[in-house]
Amino acid sequence: MEGSQLFILALNGLSYGLLLFLSAVGLSLIFGLMGVVNMAHGSYYMLGAYIGTTLFQFTGSFCLSILGASLTVALIGVLTEYVFFRRFYQQELEQVLLSFGFAYIFMDLSKWLWGGFPLSLPKPALFQDSITILGQAFPSYRLLVILMGLVTALSLWLFLERTRTGTIIRAGVDDKEMVTGMGINIKLYFTLTFALGAFLAAFGGVAGGPIIGAYQGLDFDILALALAIVVVGGLGTLKGAFWGSILIGFMETFGKALFPNYAIFVIYVVMVLILIFKPAGLMGRGKPS
Amino acid sequence: MKLTEKIDFYQKPRDFWRGLITLILILTPLGINSYGLSLLTQVLIFGILAMSLDILIGYTGLVSFNHATFFGVSAYTTGILFYCGWKNFWLTLGAGIAVSTALAILLGLVVLRSSGPYFLMITLAFGQMIFALAWRWRSLTGGDDGLPGISRPDLGLPVSMENNISFYYLVLVFFLATLFALWKFVHSPLGMSVVGVRESESRMQALGYNTFGLKLAAYALAAAVSGLAGVLYVYFTGFISPQELNWTMSGLIILMVIIGGAGTLVGPVIGAAVILVLQNLISSYTDRWPLFMGILFILCVMYARNGILGYFLKLFKGGKNHEGIGS
Repeated sequence: MEGSQLFILALNGLSYGLLLFLSAVGLSLIFGLMGVVNMAHGSYYMLGAYIGTTLFQFTGSFCLSILGASLTVALIGVLTEYVFFRRFYQQELEQVLLSFGFAYIFMDLSKWLWGGFPLSLPKPALFQDSITILGQAFPSYRLLVILMGLVTALSLWLFLERTRTGTIIRAGVDDKEMVTGMGINIKLYFTLTFALGAFLAAFGGVAGGPIIGAYQGLDFDILALALAIVVVGGLGTLKGAFWGSILIGFMETFGKALFPNYAIFVIYVVMVLILIFKPAGLMGRGKPS
Repeated sequence: MKLTEKIDFYQKPRDFWRGLITLILILTPLGINSYGLSLLTQVLIFGILAMSLDILIGYTGLVSFNHATFFGVSAYTTGILFYCGWKNFWLTLGAGIAVSTALAILLGLVVLRSSGPYFLMITLAFGQMIFALAWRWRSLTGGDDGLPGISRPDLGLPVSMENNISFYYLVLVFFLATLFALWKFVHSPLGMSVVGVRESESRMQALGYNTFGLKLAAYALAAAVSGLAGVLYVYFTGFISPQELNWTMSGLIILMVIIGGAGTLVGPVIGAAVILVLQNLISSYTDRWPLFMGILFILCVMYARNGILGYFLKLFKGGKNHEGIGS
């Protein structure tokens, strides 16, 4: 394989990894803060992709679709957290089973509303074409995805590191009791994190719409990858989710190019190795409990 | 004196009920139509499967999210061997159970290193990997078309399994044997120490138990039993597809266990019966069964965390408190 092809593959891997980052980061933060493995997190991604496609059919505007879909799904996330998950504070298993129930509901609702056929979102008008990089054609839309992913990662980092709310979320990941003891209403931040996680996952779903599309089974395809990322990168941190996503994105892309049918194995082999040698993940802190 | 009276009080009706239910299961095929018989056969097969998951969720405290993997892998093994011309039941049964047990030991060496939320995340991820593999390895598994047209097995006995009633009795024999064996297991010293791991792994370690080995043993046992269910299932339906390996199937088994009552062994069988009857009822009116299942999942977690059997046990034993599901 030539150098220019490798470079294009790397760009593909980067854009795919950043898409995955959008769904993995919410999963990681929700888990870090609340101890919930949200099994419906892949469903948020899928709902985002479906709702975005429908909104695009009505409005014809990519920006409106991506914002509308993300906000709608964020609202769904807030409602499920507020009405259901909140009742089971610190009962992790009950919360996981609850989210599993929601995964069934979202799966069947999307099948009901959008049918079983795969849908694909058109690219925004400005990014229809390919550009030439090192003599190879590369879709400009993927560059936009890379840009959107990097901007989101950077703003998330600024949000978590530089704002009061972000500091409280990070503190909550470290020690919930202490944060509560300081007189902070931690439940408010649970809802907020859920909203943020659902928003980002749906954002990723729409952004990935022109590349991955929306189809039945997308929810758990994404969830399994996001879980792998979180296990590989380490839970509860932005850094872990980011580098884990880039790693998994690269491995999936290169794996698909090298051995098309069994790319998924590459990811799991790496996951197994990391579990054996670094059980807390590459960027994880301490021992998983 | 008082103690023996108490034991008699609990033991005798229990023996009576056991005998009565077994008798009903033996006599039922004579009195129901073919639809009812097919449903009952399915209940028994899923009963075996749900009991095997209960060993993990209810007794070992391992909430495994890929139990369908072992069930499906064994079913696929049987199907593939059938396509290779293996018609003998005992050989395919042995092969199916061996493959799922071997897979469980391999997987267990990795996933059992983690616990709690990590465990369920990793099991789910691996389950989806096997699902994707079954989807993509077309030459072996037939991809999403699955493996159709698997006929009933040859037992080497003068009875034809093409007859649904004799197949029902075959399943019933395996069901009763599994129930008996697992009952013996959970009351054996090994089973008790597995429960000890559920209650407090660190304390068991301090007592000198090899808790990893105990968990691995329970994991392998559960996989072997679900392998049995997988073999019976594929011969029953004559068809296997990747859907049997998917998370939806794993979730279905989890729901059977918690709706019936985790940690009771018999409860999950009741759970399997309830779910399958509901599934058949609802599916005859609408295609929206997964939606109902999701709602059932949520209702079950919110209002019936001890399950049906747990509820009755509580009623009879004057509120002996079962804590939440699993741990």
